[in-house]
Amino acid sequence: MTTVHERPADTFHDNAQKPVGHGRMLRKEDPRFLRGRGRYVDDIQLPGMLHLAILRSPFAHARILSVDTTAAEAAPGVRAVVTGAALAAQNLAWMPTLSGDVQAVLATDKVRFQGQEVAFVVADDRYTARDALELIEVEYEVLDPVIDARTALAPDAPLIRDDLEGKTNNHCFDWETGDAAATDAVFARADVVVTEDIVYPRVHPAPMETCGAVADFDAIEGKLRLWSTTQAPHAHRTLYAIVAGLPEHKIQVISPDIGGGFGNKVPIYPGYVCAIVGSIVTGKPVKWMEDRSENLISTGFARDYIMRAQIAATREGKILAIRTDVLADHGAFNGTAAPVKYPAGFFGVFTGSYDLEAAYCKMTAVYTNKAPGGVAYACSFRITEAVYLVERIVDCLAYELDLDPAELRMRNLLKPEQFPYTSKTGWVYDSGNYEPTLRLAMDMAGYADLRREQAEKRARGELMGIGVAFFTEAVGAGPRKDMDILGLGMADGCELRVHPTGKAVVRLSVQSQGQGHETTFAQIVAEEIGIPPDDIDVLHGDTDNTPFGLGTYGSRSTPVSGAAAALVARKVRDKARIIAAGMLEVSVADLEWEKGSFQVKGDPGKSVTIQDIAMRAHGAGDLPDGVEGGLEAQICYNPSNLTYPHGAYICVVDVDPGTAVVKVRRFIAVDDCGTRINPMIIEGQVHGGLADGVGMALMEMIAFDPDGNCLGASLMDYLIPTALETPDWETGFTVTPSPHHPIGAKGIGESATVGSPPAIVNAVVDALRPYGVRHADMPLTPSRVWEAMQGRARPPV
Amino acid sequence: MTVNDTEVTREIEGRLLLVHFLRDVLGLTGTHWGCDTSNCGTCVVWLDGEPVKSCTVLAAMAGGHQVRTVEGLAKGAELDPVQQGFMQCHGLQCGFCTPGMMMTARALLDRNPDPSEQEIREAISGQICRCTGYATIVRSVRWAAVHEAGERAKLAESTESDDAGAIATAGSPT
Repeated sequence: MTTVHERPADTFHDNAQKPVGHGRMLRKEDPRFLRGRGRYVDDIQLPGMLHLAILRSPFAHARILSVDTTAAEAAPGVRAVVTGAALAAQNLAWMPTLSGDVQAVLATDKVRFQGQEVAFVVADDRYTARDALELIEVEYEVLDPVIDARTALAPDAPLIRDDLEGKTNNHCFDWETGDAAATDAVFARADVVVTEDIVYPRVHPAPMETCGAVADFDAIEGKLRLWSTTQAPHAHRTLYAIVAGLPEHKIQVISPDIGGGFGNKVPIYPGYVCAIVGSIVTGKPVKWMEDRSENLISTGFARDYIMRAQIAATREGKILAIRTDVLADHGAFNGTAAPVKYPAGFFGVFTGSYDLEAAYCKMTAVYTNKAPGGVAYACSFRITEAVYLVERIVDCLAYELDLDPAELRMRNLLKPEQFPYTSKTGWVYDSGNYEPTLRLAMDMAGYADLRREQAEKRARGELMGIGVAFFTEAVGAGPRKDMDILGLGMADGCELRVHPTGKAVVRLSVQSQGQGHETTFAQIVAEEIGIPPDDIDVLHGDTDNTPFGLGTYGSRSTPVSGAAAALVARKVRDKARIIAAGMLEVSVADLEWEKGSFQVKGDPGKSVTIQDIAMRAHGAGDLPDGVEGGLEAQICYNPSNLTYPHGAYICVVDVDPGTAVVKVRRFIAVDDCGTRINPMIIEGQVHGGLADGVGMALMEMIAFDPDGNCLGASLMDYLIPTALETPDWETGFTVTPSPHHPIGAKGIGESATVGSPPAIVNAVVDALRPYGVRHADMPLTPSRVWEAMQGRARPPV
Repeated sequence: MTVNDTEVTREIEGRLLLVHFLRDVLGLTGTHWGCDTSNCGTCVVWLDGEPVKSCTVLAAMAGGHQVRTVEGLAKGAELDPVQQGFMQCHGLQCGFCTPGMMMTARALLDRNPDPSEQEIREAISGQICRCTGYATIVRSVRWAAVHEAGERAKLAESTESDDAGAIATAGSPT
């Protein structure tokens, strides 16, 4: 393991100076974005293209009595008006969700959340389509909604899912993990038990580009081309084939440049299906692009876990067990995107980074009259909730024991010799060396000095807080024996072709929403095969032109597809070695690989470059017996385990005692994602997640009024951090390679989103210690912090 | 109106927003549409040299005025220092907020060639980025400021050594 303190300088770096392989390299995709030449879904203009707009429910829960489209159909420029009844006639009114539930494409019987899709209009332009929505008359019978999940299972609660045969309540599913009896036994003999109710409020990923699609159905070819804002083009293609009955080879899903995803673009939304239907009905290409309000009220939310956490420990601060009870709000349809066997995602890693004797979690999920979703916003399949739970309750324990929270963690972290470590809920942590990571974060922060400063300030009545969080993630889903989405194994393919002149193209099954795959994957291949990254083009996001795989979410691109890229390059290199042996007239055993060429052992002057080999592979000369021409390979990589990145975060806040405004003064993030491919891109991933953390901890929440009106339906109401709420991040890293990943890399895309909210909340609660505050729920807005200071901290609703 | 130094004339609906005119009518899709409420700033362009949010400007209001978009930021093949800075300092990831951020950054540097970190943060505070956490955007703008200061210094040196004529060809960064 190496430990390095990193503050990258803003010095000039030129790709021409970049040697083969890993290291800081400028992004290959940047030039098009810098010139305004990115190609996002809404940038696509096809000849004769029409525009689609969706009529949405103003009510959270209401019966549809009638829908009259006469006036809308008669409006000039309107080409089609489609209702749920029309879709039902084609058996398309309902579609399966990624969790085995069903969701209405267009409502037929009832609307079940505000913003639900009721009808759509296809017209000549955006504005005409929008205008025509106003002409559709819908008669509703308004029903009582279920808004607060805590009331969903009350005997008199209105029934939301009466579409499900035999359904009599709003129960969605139960789930448990760990050993209840063993955990109870440990709790019974523990010196100290601390219990806290902890809410992770409903938030929204709100990528800058909203969701949308352009559907172009060619009736003569029988082919559907769909440009859509999807993080998983291959999985979507298969699902469209299953849902719509279109033959899979006649569907091409293209995910062009995507303006941020964060899990918001994993599910299939009704709008995509509407665009497809619109194109089939009109015989023209149809574009649907939602506006910001539609994005916030109807697409995949995140979190919404109401948790009771309990921790058992000795008086000396040895953590013994954690027990938790969760009420999960899944909205009106269970649209969670998670592997089938994991209805709560990877929440099972709530035991965190600590050596426990026992752990148990019991969860009940319910339906409410809110938008569906749940797994999104860079959550690594609910690890955000798990890490928040454990890191908050550990801080509550530190409060009760009057121990320093960093010291308490240090005493309980897993030791390097315990890896691979099987947690009490059955997760096998691949590798970790936690103490140096926390130590580095404390050194960078100047932890002891900060505590001294805090003591001085407290004496003066000033409120300064220092928050510590340590996390372990589980990313890179996943081994196909355990993990699938609707029956599709979570493997990823990769294809590499080396052209005759030694330039190459690599095709990925994952795609980028800004993560920089065109650079990182070129570097992975370059490192393995010795072709400079600038000579390697990376293709992704087009199902007709890339191998099958499950896409980019849950920080899985580098752990899964990155492994595939390394292995496919090694496969090509193995073939190149045989050809090289023929060219040099030696046996393959006599060759050694030296970044970009094969040399005869002991005679470095005798060598051939990968470019020479590529030309020979495609040329007219002889090849060794049994060797086919060409220099290319394809593989499908099935990971043997997840990868387990970890990190230590320290946040310093100042709270204004007069206004209760929280200012994040400093944030120190030390991440360990194993082997680092491009440190610049890794740092960028961390920075973005840290800003997410500031948003969730201090500002963001999708709230509802008692009637089910969404109170976060625009960016005026749903507050996202700007440059003024965020500090200049201080990042560092340690390196503990993954033992099973071909290059030792782990995921990094969501670490900071997972790890930063508890660090910030812990800092604010620490600042409020003079007020006797042990816990306050997010978002810690000035009014909620003020209430906590007055001893009236309340859970958010 | 004049867009990126080219005069354009079109018959349009009175209610057409400038962002949609630029994108859908002129095909200048570098300017993005992100929120409708003037909060996100992905639609920032210049109107007579001032950064504006084009989702809340009617195209008709821009009639007779000068509009500059991200497509008009580079000088031919040569990227503006702001564009170079964003590449050098990883100031962009998904690229969706980037055109608006760069237009604001260029306008800031034209008025204040040596902005502090806080001044840069204030200048871009009406715009949202979900990917970068802003620190690298701030560094990108500082990179451009330092780069331009270096260019100006070089220019001043060459002006001193070359008695006459150099000033006439110097030009301003815009």
